[in-house]
Amino acid sequence: MAKQTYWEDLETGSEVPALEKNPTTQQLVKYAGASGDFYQIHYDKDFALNNSLPGVILHGALKNGFLGQMMSNFAGHEGWLRKLAVQYRGMDQPGSKVVCKGKVVKKYAEGRDHLVDCEIWLENAKGEKTTIGSATVILPSREGVPA
Amino acid sequence: MANKYVTDEVRKQIGMQSEARVVEVERGAIRRFAEAIGDPNPLFNDEAAARKTRFGGMIAPPTFCRSLGAAIPEIKIGMGEFRGLDGGSEWEYFEPIRPGDRISVVSKIADIRESAGRLGAMVFITVETSYTNHYNQLCALQRSTVIRY
Repeated sequence: MAKQTYWEDLETGSEVPALEKNPTTQQLVKYAGASGDFYQIHYDKDFALNNSLPGVILHGALKNGFLGQMMSNFAGHEGWLRKLAVQYRGMDQPGSKVVCKGKVVKKYAEGRDHLVDCEIWLENAKGEKTTIGSATVILPSREGVPA
Repeated sequence: MANKYVTDEVRKQIGMQSEARVVEVERGAIRRFAEAIGDPNPLFNDEAAARKTRFGGMIAPPTFCRSLGAAIPEIKIGMGEFRGLDGGSEWEYFEPIRPGDRISVVSKIADIRESAGRLGAMVFITVETSYTNHYNQLCALQRSTVIRY
């Protein structure tokens, strides 16, 4: 677990620590089991090929999970992931790395909360954004909670 | 241009809501979900470590609700055979989900619209799902869009 990020540590443009993932077919099977999404395009190569896919592909929801992992890490144990949104733009296949990235686009206070909005995305090995999205995180402040 | 599939009649299904499904959250299911994603965060894996945090114990990772199974109302669109695509999801988180919680899952059809894409007419169905715990606290809201073409 990385050390806690505080609201004061960030400014617009600050990067969210990137998260690299190397999904395998085994991971897709585990995710199918854990999530209950048994659509065969995620683990049955023949089925995927017969559906005009290049092979089995990652669950969009798994990529959502990877981005959720990056953002809950960023929030840390003192923070809270308030919003997470993803849009799928392209397919990803196991056996090739994907990297979750993000940056702060807005820093603000609302009521008693200190927040940042982030732009987030997932890149394939070629640097193409196959998933894009946004997230809002509540972070602790070094000055404590405003009265 | 008039919609091919999403007629006024089809749009009358917007607002349709499922019966609540109640699912008990097992600690092992949380761990397995975190393991499937490859997320070693102690909050999702290690009760002893999580107890030392302000959460006071293990909680579920952000997209864990996917494993609770949505109860999407069946809607009728005269498309014959179609293919489906997951367009994406928006989540809002209000309260942590914990082992032992009994989560009530309710889905409703929030929108049905159509647009002409490269692959012909595409129908976008937005489903809003709420996840409420047995203390009647809203834990999470999910808005997901599926595309039929």
